[in-house]
Amino acid sequence: MFFIAGIVSAQSHEAEEVKTGAHDLKTEIKEYIDHHLLDSHDFNLYSYTTDEGEHKYVGFPLPVILWDNGLKVFSSSKLKHGEGVAEVDGNYYTLYHNKIYKTDAEGTIEFEGHLNEETHVEDAFGENLVVEDAHPSNVKPLDFSITKNVVFIALVGLLMFLMFRSVASNYKKSNLPKGVGRVLEPLVVFVRDEIAVPNIGEHKYKKYMSYLLTVFFFVWIINLLGLTPLGVNVTNNIAVTFALALITYFITTFSGNKNYWKHIFWMPGVPVPMKIILAPIELLGTFIKPFSLMIRLYANITAGHVVLMSIIGLMFIFKNWIGSPLSFALAFALSLLELLVAALQAYIFTMLSALYFGMAVEEDHH
Amino acid sequence: MEKLIEQFSLGLFFWQLVLFVGLLLLLRKFAWKPILNAVEKREEGIQNALDAAEAAKKEMQNVTADSEKLLKEARAERDALLKEAREIKESIISEAKEQANAEGDKIIKQAQAAIESEKKAAVAEIKAQVANLSLEIAEKVIKEELSNKDKQLKLVDDMLGDIKLN
Repeated sequence: MFFIAGIVSAQSHEAEEVKTGAHDLKTEIKEYIDHHLLDSHDFNLYSYTTDEGEHKYVGFPLPVILWDNGLKVFSSSKLKHGEGVAEVDGNYYTLYHNKIYKTDAEGTIEFEGHLNEETHVEDAFGENLVVEDAHPSNVKPLDFSITKNVVFIALVGLLMFLMFRSVASNYKKSNLPKGVGRVLEPLVVFVRDEIAVPNIGEHKYKKYMSYLLTVFFFVWIINLLGLTPLGVNVTNNIAVTFALALITYFITTFSGNKNYWKHIFWMPGVPVPMKIILAPIELLGTFIKPFSLMIRLYANITAGHVVLMSIIGLMFIFKNWIGSPLSFALAFALSLLELLVAALQAYIFTMLSALYFGMAVEEDHH
Repeated sequence: MEKLIEQFSLGLFFWQLVLFVGLLLLLRKFAWKPILNAVEKREEGIQNALDAAEAAKKEMQNVTADSEKLLKEARAERDALLKEAREIKESIISEAKEQANAEGDKIIKQAQAAIESEKKAAVAEIKAQVANLSLEIAEKVIKEELSNKDKQLKLVDDMLGDIKLN
């Protein structure tokens, strides 16, 4: 409920602006959603536009870390949410569509590709209506900034660490879980008994428990927090899901036994020509499996957020007495569904990781 | 796809990898191992307790069965003892009877034999006395005879008449 209210309050200002202004409402909503899904260099809770047409942001700046012939560190407040140019050691940087580009002192962004007449080059944030095939040609320095998502990942990590350490330390005092452990222990046991043991096997599952538990709780908690009014979506970044899938891939590959590799390169029980055909397919499969993990988590969370925010956006398009309650009811129902999806995706990611580990360590039955 | 690659943020990937692996290592040391060990230990404890209870139950059943068996045995023994005692009693009684009978017979026989021998002895004595008396009489008769013939004859006749009376 808070989540919906938060978004609505943030958007109502925009809607007001739209009423008086010249922008296309649908484009405005689409941009807002796109922007919401993206990472950002500031920790903004919400933004609004004053009567004078000035953008106001509520939040705090985060450090920007660039590698551009040397480490450049400065506060993101210098970038002024893409409206300013940051000057560091004689180099100029500006934000354009949440990416940092190296520019000249005026913050000019040069484009290559086709532009249409609607493109606003001089104002790099917010009102840009750049067509898809136009790319900035400015140099992009390597960006290792502590972005909003990085802060959130670290916070979730800290939360998990404190939570589970307190659960663990409680066992020193008593055999029974206490407090938050009463909720978390059944989940830990669930991961062990329903995910790890059936998929990996009774004798080998222990090695993988740490990863499975960490990834399960990490994805779940971060998905859930993505649904809060903070609205920081981490798992809808392909970079995050890629990192997780990559770890699964490496663990699978490095724990693969003789039998696993034999099944990939020289499939037993089929004729030799088939073995030759199967080898590249199976090899490709080892990459496709974690790749599907990455896409599944990314796409599910992104889709959920896009649909949810689109339904909220409907309120501003309908603008009548039927639209708002309908949009509210739909958004409420969908929020509940998203709560389920948050847990389900964590479960599926963990489950499939365990399945792949299980395949890698399976002994020969033939 | 192109948009995905365009959106891909190397920085976020880097931080996610670093933070996640760091979190994984920290949690493994400080959380997962102690939690899983504690849970496992407890489960083991529960299993042991259940096993012990089951064993105790079995033991209990065994004890009950044993005591029942003992009771049964004791009862059987008692019955056997009673039966034996009864038999012994009966045999003692019958033996005693037999013995008594035999003894009685024996005593009776002895008595009869004694009576018989006494009778014989008495008869023999009587005979001897009769013979003595006869001799004395005969002597007296003979003495008288010798003095008076008639008288002697008369005495012999009288004596003989007396004897016949006997």
